[in-house]
Amino acid sequence: MAETAQASRARRATAQTHSSVTCPFCSILCDDLEISNTDGSLRIEANTCPRARAGFERPPSAATPLIGTRPASLDKAVAAAAKLIKSARHPLFGGLATDVAGMRAILALADRTGGVVDHMLGDGMYRNILAMQERGWMMTTLTELRNRADLVVFCGLDVGNDHPRFYERYIWNKESMFELDPRSRELVYLGKGLNTEAGVSPGGRQPQHLKNEPERLIEVIGALRSLLAGTPIQTRKVAGVAVRDLEKLIDRIKAARYAVFVWSPPRLAFPAADITVAGICDLVKELNQYTRCSGLALGGNEGIITAGAVCAWQSGYQLRVDFGRGYPEYDPTLNSTARLLESGDADLLVWVSNFNPDLRPPQTKVPTVVLAPPPAAADRSYDIYVPVAVPGLDHAGQMVRVDNVVSLPLHQVRQSALPSVATVMQSLLNHL
Amino acid sequence: MLTRLSGGTVYDPAHGVNGEQRDLYIRDGRIVDGVGRSERVDQTVDVRGKVVMAGAIDPHTHIGGGKVNIARTLLPEDHQPHPVKRTRLTRSGVGYAAPSTLTTGYRYAEMGYTACFEPAMLPANARQAHMEMADTPIIDKGAYVMLGSDDFFLRMLASGKPQAEINDYVAFTITAAQALAVKVVNPGGISAFKFNQRNLDLDEANVHYGVTPRQILRTLARAVYELGVTHPLHVHGCNLGVPGNVETTLNTIAGVEGLPLHLTHIQFHSYGTEGDKGFSSGAARIAEAINRNRNISADVGQIMFGQTVTASGDNMAQYRNRSHAHPNKWVCMDIECDAGCGVVPFRYRHKNFVNALQWAIGLEIFLLVDDPWRVFLTTDHPNGAPFTSYPHLIRLLMDKGFRDDRFAMLHPDAQAMSTLKSIDREYSLYEIAIMTRAAPARSLGLTDRGHLGPGAGADITVYMPDNNRERMFERPALVFKDGELVARDGRIVKVTDGGTHTLRPQYDRGIEKSLRDYFDRYMTVRLDNFRLSDAEIENDGSGHIITHPCRPRTTA
Repeated sequence: MAETAQASRARRATAQTHSSVTCPFCSILCDDLEISNTDGSLRIEANTCPRARAGFERPPSAATPLIGTRPASLDKAVAAAAKLIKSARHPLFGGLATDVAGMRAILALADRTGGVVDHMLGDGMYRNILAMQERGWMMTTLTELRNRADLVVFCGLDVGNDHPRFYERYIWNKESMFELDPRSRELVYLGKGLNTEAGVSPGGRQPQHLKNEPERLIEVIGALRSLLAGTPIQTRKVAGVAVRDLEKLIDRIKAARYAVFVWSPPRLAFPAADITVAGICDLVKELNQYTRCSGLALGGNEGIITAGAVCAWQSGYQLRVDFGRGYPEYDPTLNSTARLLESGDADLLVWVSNFNPDLRPPQTKVPTVVLAPPPAAADRSYDIYVPVAVPGLDHAGQMVRVDNVVSLPLHQVRQSALPSVATVMQSLLNHL
Repeated sequence: MLTRLSGGTVYDPAHGVNGEQRDLYIRDGRIVDGVGRSERVDQTVDVRGKVVMAGAIDPHTHIGGGKVNIARTLLPEDHQPHPVKRTRLTRSGVGYAAPSTLTTGYRYAEMGYTACFEPAMLPANARQAHMEMADTPIIDKGAYVMLGSDDFFLRMLASGKPQAEINDYVAFTITAAQALAVKVVNPGGISAFKFNQRNLDLDEANVHYGVTPRQILRTLARAVYELGVTHPLHVHGCNLGVPGNVETTLNTIAGVEGLPLHLTHIQFHSYGTEGDKGFSSGAARIAEAINRNRNISADVGQIMFGQTVTASGDNMAQYRNRSHAHPNKWVCMDIECDAGCGVVPFRYRHKNFVNALQWAIGLEIFLLVDDPWRVFLTTDHPNGAPFTSYPHLIRLLMDKGFRDDRFAMLHPDAQAMSTLKSIDREYSLYEIAIMTRAAPARSLGLTDRGHLGPGAGADITVYMPDNNRERMFERPALVFKDGELVARDGRIVKVTDGGTHTLRPQYDRGIEKSLRDYFDRYMTVRLDNFRLSDAEIENDGSGHIITHPCRPRTTA
C-alpha cells in the first residue's frame, strides 16, 4: 500500500480529482472525500475510512449479464427477466440497496406487477419503526449531535466499523457552535462486550462503561426511568449493573444540557428488541420534562434509510409493503423477506444490491434475478444476473442520511458502460 | 393546436370578469387572445352553462418534506382505511390526512387545483422536500424556505451584521434551496427550545443569542422586501395555540412598521382569554387589524372536525401540545442547528369546547375580513384538516343556512362565545375565485397563473353549477393543466408533470466565503452539497424550473 511521495505526486498529476464527494457506503454519507481517478481506477486521497476504501477502491471489473451461467446481451437479459416477472404471481423485490432513483423505479415496477418490497436489513429497521409507530419519539440529527451534545449515551453499540468516521466527525470534532468544547463531552456505554476505545477523549479521559447483559438493556433503561420518576429500586443490581451507578447516571443525564441516546437497531439483535427501543424513546421523552435530550438511531446502511423514505412518500409505509391487491398493504411480519421466501408466498426474487456485490440474496428455491455491481460471485449462479453501475461512483444520484432529515447528492467520479438500477427497472417496466 | 372553450360562465377576478359568458382559446398550453376569423379552431369544448375559473392555487399545504414523511410513517392507521387502487393511468397510494405523494397530486388535480405550495421547507431538508414534490404529479409546486431559528442567521443578528449582509444570506438560502418565498416559524423559538426554553414571547430573548422574535421578524421581513421577493415574509408567529395569543398577533402586526407580512394559519393565533374557561375568540380584533393594515395578508388554517395529524416546524409548540395527541403518539425533532419539527396526530371534536370555538373562530375571520384579496382559503393541510375538505369549507362560506345548521351542532358553550350566527355574509363565486386563485397568484408573484387573460398558463377548471357548493367544488367537470385535459368529472384522465416555481434573487457572492468557512467548521455537509442543483429538480426531464423575477427595493 505504501507509495512514495514522488509516485503519489506523479499519479495525482495525471489523475482526475474530485472533491466534496459523497460516500454512499454507510448511512452517515460523509461528503468530504477527495477522490482521484486514474484511467478508471479510483483512490481516496483524503478523508477516508475502511468502508469507503472497500467501496471506492474495488477494482473495476468487466462484466456481462448472465442468463444462468451463459453470457447474454443486456437486452436479452432484461427481456428474460421481464418474462420471469410477467409470469410471477407475487414477485418479491428484495435487497433494495440503492439510491432514490433506483428505489423510485423499483416501486413503480412493484406497483405495476402486484409485487412486495422488503430491504435486506429490514429486520433491524423494524425494531425502530415498530417502536416509533407505537409511541413516537424525540430525535436529533448529526449536526445537533456534533455541536450540542454534552453527554452521549451509547445503548448497546460502540459504532465500530458500521460508521468508521463517526467519532472523528461527530464526537471528537475540533470545535462546536456553542460554548461546548467537544473534548469535554461525556460518553457512557451501556452493554458488556463493547469496545470503548474510540470513546477515550483526545485528552485521555476514559468513558464510563456499565456492563449490563446486552439483551437485558431494557431492564437498565427501565431502572433509569424508575429512578427518574423517583421510584426506589429494591435490588442492588439490575442486569449486572449496580443501582448506585444508575442513580449517579440519571443525575448526570438530568444535569446535562443536551444528552443524546444513541442506538443502532441492527446491533439490538435479540427478540422483541423493538420494546427496548420503545423504552429508550420513553426515557428520552420523560427526561425532556427536566432538560433537553434526544435520541439518535444509527445503522441504516446499504441504503435502507433511502429505500424506507422513498417507499413512505410513495406508498405511505416504510417498506414491507405488498401491492398484490392493487394498493399498498403494510405488514411488518407477513411481508418480511424470510417469511415470503420460506412460505412460498413469493414466487420470484428480484434482488438489488447496488453498493456491495458481496451481499447476496438468501438461498431460495424461487427463481432469482440479481442486480448488483460486478463481479458476480463465481460460486453461485442466478436465473438472471444484470451488472449495474454504482450510484455515487458511476452515476449521480441522491440518498437520505441516517437521521432521516438530510439527503445528499451523489456524484459521478468514473465513467461506466453499465446501466443504473433505475434504467434497468425502467426497461423492465417497458417490457410489461 | 387551437382549442376553444365555448360559452362558459367565466369568473376571472384578475380582469374584473364576474360571471360573464365568454369563449376561451388555448394554444400550446397557454391562453391566447380572441383569434382571427381565418384561423381554424381544431377543437371546441362546449362548456355552456358551466362555471369557468383558473386552476385553484393552494398557498399553504404541507405536501413535501421530512415532517410529512414522519407523519406518514407514524400513522399506518391513517392509511389502512383509505387505500387507493392502481389504475391503468395512475399509481396506487393511501391516506386521508397524510396521503402518499402520488395520491396527493391526483386528488388536488381532481379537485381543480393546479398549483400547491409547501410552506415549511427546512434548508437542511430541502432536497427531500423537492424529491417528494417531484413525485407529486400534475400540479405545479413550490416551497417557502424556513429561516429564523438557524444558527447562522441568529449569529449574524446577534453580532449586529448589517441588513445588506443578512439579505445576501437570505438570498443565498432561497437560491440554494430552490425556494419561492421565505417563511419564519415561531421566530427564534425553535432554537430556544433546544436551549431548554419552553415559551418565547415576542419580546423575550433567546437565552443563547440574546435576540427577540420581534427583531427576527423585522429583519427577515425587511430582507424579503429589499430583495424584491414578491410574497411577503410568511409568518407562523409566536405562541401558536396559546390562549391570549391574539395580543401577540396584534403586536406582530404593529411591530413590522408597515412592511408586508403574510400571517399564516391565523386562526391558531387569534385566541383570547375571556369567559369561564379562559378561552375566547379574538377573530373580530384580528379581522379589524387586517382590514386596517393593507400591508397584511393572511390565510386562515380552518379546522374541521375529525381525525387529522398536525405537522409543524414549531417543535416548541408541538412539544407543548403533546398531551393532546390522538392516537397517543407523537414525534419531535431538533434539526441540524437549523430548524426542528413536531408531528402530533389530532382529533378535532365538535362537542369539545375548545375545538368547537376554533372552528367558529376560523369562519369568523373569513367572514369579517372585508378584502378577499388578502385572506386565502386554507386548512393548513393537514394541521386543521386535510385539503380534501376545501369543498365543504367553501360551502360553509357561501351558504349561511348550511353554516348555521352546523353551528347549532357545536358545544353550547362555544356557541355562546361566538358571533358567527349573527354574521350574514355569504361569499360569492367571484370572491371564492379571488381567494382561491387570483389572490394567492398575485401574492406569490405567479404572473401567468390564477387568471384567464391572454398569456396565462392554461390551468383551467370548469365546474357544473350546483346550489350545493360542496358537491360543485368536489368534482369539477373538466380540469386543464397547461392546456391538457387532466381530469374529467373528478377522475384523472391524463397524468402530467408540473413545474417547480422558484426565485433567483441577486446577492453578493462574498457571503459564500463566510458560509463555506462556517460549513467546514461546524456543519456535517459541505456547502457545495447543501446546494440543490437545477439538474436535481429537472430530474432527467420529468421536472422543470419556473423562475420568477425579483424586483429589488431599497428603503430609506
